[in-house]
Amino acid sequence: MRIGSAKQTYAADEAIFKTDVQRLWFGLLALALILFPFVSSDYWQLLACLIAVNVIAATGVMILTGFTGLVSLGHAAFMGVGAYTAAYLSNHLALPFWLSIPAGGFAAAAVGAVFGIPSLRVKGLYLALTTIAASFILQSIFFNWTAVTGGARGLTIEPASMFGHLLVTPGAIYWIAMPIAALSVWWARNLLRTRVGRAFIAIRDRDVSAELLGIDLLRYKLMSFALASFYAGMAGAVWVYLFRVITPESFRLIESIFFVAAIIVGGLGSVRGAIFGAVFMTLVPELLKIGASDLAPYWPDAVKLLSPVRTIVFGALIVGFLMFEPLGLNEIWLRIRQRFALWPFRT
Amino acid sequence: MIEEADARVDAPILQVEAISLAFGGLNALRNVSLDVVPGCITALVGPNGAGKTSLFNAISGFYRPQSGRVFFEGRDITRLSAPPRAKIGLARTFQNIALFRGLTVLDNIKLGRHAHLRTSLVEALFYYGRPQREEIELRAEIEQRIIDFLEIDHIRHAPVGALPYGLQKRVELARALAMKPRLLMLDEPVAGMNREETEDMARFILDVRDEWGVTILIVEHDMRLVMDISDHVIVLNFGEVIARGVPAEVQKNEEVAKAYLGSGEIGSQVRQSVTEMAAS
Ligand SMILES: Nc1ncnc2c1ncn2[C@@H]1O[C@H](COP(=O)(O)OP(=O)(O)O)[C@@H](O)[C@H]1O
Ligand SMILES: [Mg+2]
Repeated sequence: MRIGSAKQTYAADEAIFKTDVQRLWFGLLALALILFPFVSSDYWQLLACLIAVNVIAATGVMILTGFTGLVSLGHAAFMGVGAYTAAYLSNHLALPFWLSIPAGGFAAAAVGAVFGIPSLRVKGLYLALTTIAASFILQSIFFNWTAVTGGARGLTIEPASMFGHLLVTPGAIYWIAMPIAALSVWWARNLLRTRVGRAFIAIRDRDVSAELLGIDLLRYKLMSFALASFYAGMAGAVWVYLFRVITPESFRLIESIFFVAAIIVGGLGSVRGAIFGAVFMTLVPELLKIGASDLAPYWPDAVKLLSPVRTIVFGALIVGFLMFEPLGLNEIWLRIRQRFALWPFRT
Repeated sequence: MIEEADARVDAPILQVEAISLAFGGLNALRNVSLDVVPGCITALVGPNGAGKTSLFNAISGFYRPQSGRVFFEGRDITRLSAPPRAKIGLARTFQNIALFRGLTVLDNIKLGRHAHLRTSLVEALFYYGRPQREEIELRAEIEQRIIDFLEIDHIRHAPVGALPYGLQKRVELARALAMKPRLLMLDEPVAGMNREETEDMARFILDVRDEWGVTILIVEHDMRLVMDISDHVIVLNFGEVIARGVPAEVQKNEEVAKAYLGSGEIGSQVRQSVTEMAAS
């Protein structure tokens, strides 16, 4: 049985992991993530990279929407800003990836903060609409600023390199994507332990009384937009090194909706929810595809014919979550953990 | 010289000068002036709709009065927005509790200190060095000065939404105390409480004045409480000050009794209080 540890100091009580059991599980997870590329195929490594990219972006959306209560449907476009910035800096200034990825983040943060200005005046659906407008404006820039973006045809970039090695395969990019995803999650958790994270939540829950507590709404709303967009920009930049081609098509409105869906399915208002949501939204369509191709020996046209069914099943799963588990995957996780809290002595 | 120093000690901590506030055609406050003496408990009373909460909102910077001025510790704060007013020591609680229901008691209280903490966004991401030190110090101070004092040790990790009403009111007071208040404004702190809870709250309010040295401005319908704890009473009716003075004086004022009995919407509790007042 887990013995409730007597809290010696406040520092221990303010820590992210409060018990040794939690630290042990975290250690095992970290170990698994480190060993993963050595035991998996290219295909699964590619999926892992995509999950990492989506975890970075979804964590950003979680900070903005889940914690600050500001809905954004412009996030894919902010991701695009990061992607094009990284590509441009890499192609024209020969910047290494470890500089161009944060640079992509900063560029997106600046753009995101500008498009966050309406949030001072409008909320909810109206804010969602202004961010859709942001998405369209940025799309049209991606299409028309050919000198930088390559227009509709897009552009390609050279692979990232490290100590003279080209990082071409998903297995190599994994070592960029996964650490950045881990860093993103760690940042978000830290944020929530400080006055900045508390101010975000205060704005989400009651922005009027937040102001009377001394929280400057202007400052913190823009801060949240900038930070969330920084996450998006980094995700976009990692994405560029993974695929090495970008077209404006990659950052459409539908992708922004994907992230909002991810944080809702994962569970609004928890960092863990962003991770769960990103994993779910990335993996489930793939698993459905694998399921369909497993039928191929018996039903040769399965993949083609089942393709629309897959989309419907995926959609139905999301609707199911909204209806039956509105608190998302995180809530399911908490229930399971609760049940096994006393394991193996009592289940 | 000495006289001048004395005069400064007695200078009002808060001066409201001829404030008027209208919502459309409705005059919520008409030419209201008042002084709050430092180190005292000043009660603001009046029937429902008299404009008490509106006055609080004007003082804390949430409403912009159409005319008039507000001075805090001698400084003209009329044009200051709400956040900087909170930072210089104007703290308040709300008539309808305005806590963050999803957060724990501890996090709600910590939010009160927001304006006095220094952690920046970038520091927050790394939670290393100052941010950590600042958080731990804050935690220790809240534990030792506020949680102990208000006797809420047992609920520090509970989400506020799950607490009974009386405790929520207490947590709101805790959060206001975390704001390092110079002037604490309490909007109906014992409304809806039973006798025992009311007595606890009265004790806390007196202790805040005596031990923390915080000046208090309180809106309350419970006349017995008002008469018991306040040093000054100001009566508001239809947005105007109709009486002011020490409790005993105001108690005798006929216009005050009329204002209360004349307003149709007064609750039975108020009616009872007024009767009690008249009887005593
Ligand atoms: N935001 C507002 N918009 C319109 N009218 C308001 C608003 N706030 C208060 N009032 C009106 O101002 C008057 C005074 O209200 P209030 O200050 O809440 O009174 P009290 O706190 O003394 O009961 C009431 O008539 C109320 O309806
Ligand atoms: Mg009121």
